[in-house]
Amino acid sequence: MERKIRVLVAKPGLDGHDRGAKVVARALRDAGMEVIYTGLHQTAEMVVEAAIQEDVDVVGLSLLSGAHMTLFVDVTKLLKEKGMDDILVVGGGIIPEGDVPKLKKEGIAGVFGPGTHCDEIVKFIKKNVKR
Amino acid sequence: MKDIAKKVLDGDPRSIARLITLAENNDSTASSAMKEIHPHTGKAHVIGITGVMGSGKSTLICELTRLYRKQGKTVGIIAIDPTSPFSGGALLGDRVRMMELAMDEGVFIRSMGTRGMLGGLTSAVYDVVEILDASGKDLVIVETVGVGQAEVDVIKIADTTLVIIVPGLGDSIQTLKAGVMEIADIYVVNKADRSGFEQTVAEVESLVDITCSGKERKTPVLSTIAKQSKGIDELLTEVDRHKKYLEKTNEFEKQRRLRYEAELVEIIRKRLMNFIFDESTFKEKIEDLLDKIAKKKMDPYTAAEEILGKILK
Repeated sequence: MERKIRVLVAKPGLDGHDRGAKVVARALRDAGMEVIYTGLHQTAEMVVEAAIQEDVDVVGLSLLSGAHMTLFVDVTKLLKEKGMDDILVVGGGIIPEGDVPKLKKEGIAGVFGPGTHCDEIVKFIKKNVKR
Repeated sequence: MKDIAKKVLDGDPRSIARLITLAENNDSTASSAMKEIHPHTGKAHVIGITGVMGSGKSTLICELTRLYRKQGKTVGIIAIDPTSPFSGGALLGDRVRMMELAMDEGVFIRSMGTRGMLGGLTSAVYDVVEILDASGKDLVIVETVGVGQAEVDVIKIADTTLVIIVPGLGDSIQTLKAGVMEIADIYVVNKADRSGFEQTVAEVESLVDITCSGKERKTPVLSTIAKQSKGIDELLTEVDRHKKYLEKTNEFEKQRRLRYEAELVEIIRKRLMNFIFDESTFKEKIEDLLDKIAKKKMDPYTAAEEILGKILK
């Protein structure tokens, strides 16, 4: 039967720049996905709790403060701890190229910096969603 | 997956979440679990909250939930937002206003898209109310999409329906119209710090004077400023009072029967539509009939009778 991809779009950390997250949320909506937007200033625990309750297939994290090595990784660690590593985790924001391989190693499957086409993100999610 | 019903009854959040997904996707494994949990439902007080978009429904729910939590009661929240008629996608943003509830184990929030339903709810909402009820939540709060004038399905599911109104949406004739303005068990005039608020309250009160004259219960009209947590205590008192009224007057049973009827109709509708339009048996037939209708060789009524004739014989 009909199966919709559900995506949680969250902004962990303390920066208040959510324009990027909203643009991506809208693009995913227009690609037929159900996007749950959580708003600003999320802790890793809040993100994971929302991911559980909303039973999402994908978690998308946006962060522009530079704390991605801590906060993105906190989310994937916590998901793993809860046995929920079948959720696809992607991230975006101001992320130096040198950090990308490290993030991928920690379970952030896709990292999308400024200038990424929304189509690219949609394609990546559709191709890599695990459930 | 086999024990999903049992785990839902134990209140396990992941099983609750997964069963909701299965029900929403019309997955065949959902129905057996739904059958299993039904005997354990009926305890939760179901509150429906409706109102125009931006009237403060989500904020009000957050405030109400906070008070219920102080009383030690557990709360399930179903927040519905519109699904795009073009892409089938949705942006579900009600969680943003409920952020402070995010880490509370006694609260379960689920966002849902309307997925094509027009009455302010979504097709699987009956299942989700049952699931949250069975999981032991004392209250289940259903937030409709932002409504206009005619989306009144929430009364089929809620024991207590709150209609949220904000100042400045029109003159007194608006309050007299049929539809949403008729369905309230409690009227809430939110954003009471806005100009024009006294007039709005007066208009709703005069509506109540007309509609409730001679009736045992007069629909209360309350004022709130949800963002500043004002008027929420009084609202909670009224909600509880309405529940007691329902219990005292047998209205409770009547209300529940109405919900089960709506749920039954919805299950049959879904299965029947699925049988006719999605199963391969009828696919060719329907294409064939559509061709004939387009070429004016047949009319839609005859075509419908032909399809129904095949099922009903």
